Amino acid sequence: MNRAVEIGWDPKVEGRDVIVTRLDAAIDWVRRNSCWPMPMGLACCGIELMAVGASRFDIARFGAEVMRFSPRQADLMIVAGTCVYKMAGVVKRVWDQMPNPKWCMAMGACASTGGMYRSYAVVQGVDRFLPVDVYVSGCPPRPEAVLEGLMAIQRKIERERALAGMKTGDAKAPLYELPRGPIIVRGEYAPKFRDS
Amino acid sequence: MKPVKAVEKLRAQFGEAIGPMTEFRGETTVRVAREQILEVCRYLRDECGFNMLTDVAGVDNYGEDPRYEVVYHLYSMADKQMLRLKVGVPEDDLVVDSVVSVWRTADWHEREAYDMFGIRFRGHPNLKRILMWEGYPYHPLRKDFPLAGLPAELPETAVEAGRVEAAPMLGGPFVPAIGTRSSVLREPRQVDTVVENIERVKNPTKKELV
Repeated sequence: MNRAVEIGWDPKVEGRDVIVTRLDAAIDWVRRNSCWPMPMGLACCGIELMAVGASRFDIARFGAEVMRFSPRQADLMIVAGTCVYKMAGVVKRVWDQMPNPKWCMAMGACASTGGMYRSYAVVQGVDRFLPVDVYVSGCPPRPEAVLEGLMAIQRKIERERALAGMKTGDAKAPLYELPRGPIIVRGEYAPKFRDS
Repeated sequence: MKPVKAVEKLRAQFGEAIGPMTEFRGETTVRVAREQILEVCRYLRDECGFNMLTDVAGVDNYGEDPRYEVVYHLYSMADKQMLRLKVGVPEDDLVVDSVVSVWRTADWHEREAYDMFGIRFRGHPNLKRILMWEGYPYHPLRKDFPLAGLPAELPETAVEAGRVEAAPMLGGPFVPAIGTRSSVLREPRQVDTVVENIERVKNPTKKELV
């Protein structure tokens, strides 16, 4: 179910330079198509994240190519890799420094659940301390799966009510039309091909 | 200098402090009394040419006496020879002399042995944890420490109201259901969180097998 507001533009009706829509939808449209990721590369998933940014998979096709190594300029944190307890505080601090609105993707098994590291040192999923929007499975995930996760985040941004907090000045105003919950990207491609 | 000859020289110099020597696949190991390790190391560096310390490691021989061991791997760059020293450390007196004054590279190795086993190195210039954070209450590579970890507090710089919690260990440390088609079942954590999945993972239906 897509509840996003369409952006309507009919040059015959509104003229050449006029777009009629809801302000929410326009803001969401802008945000959705220019996510600036904070690449939190903690382990081998970070290498795969570099592949996503490189020419073959080209995250720029989805408007998220501006990897920012300063949290103050980023709005999408991609936690790529194993997060140990000693690093958790750093990740949280970087997250806290990112300005709102911001989104979080847990990339790979380790960031999602601790992965195969069931040990004293590894946080069993970064959702213990971050509000994760999208979980991307894989060890590491295929670059396509990361792109699918990005698209899932874009669909989520699309449904936000960007002005809800601004109008009331209430930072805790409901931001979403739909209940907020995790999205899991399974990353299973071409199952029919595998069956044959 | 050949390691066997070096051990002979050590015997002549230190006598009783040098314990039995063993050779295994061309590697020479000699036990050294804990009180003499610093002098033995300095002698080996200055008189026998072992100018490089490759590693310092702690060992927990749980149930034996002495319980702990510190192992030194020495290497002679000129002669291309290797020598291993072993020092027993009893549980009630976990102190060994630091060899940082002989080889500066021992600094981080000794910190690691301190962090993981709790072995203190007397005379170390900066003996604090190197892998775990300051204030972590355990020494995780000890044999009586569970792999899943024990609950602990995180320092105030870390996660808000965060705590270290033991990792789930139902079904063993890492038991993926390899061969099942469903990616949900393949995820090892599933058997921890969803009880009925344990049976599904153990006895997958034909449809769930690849």
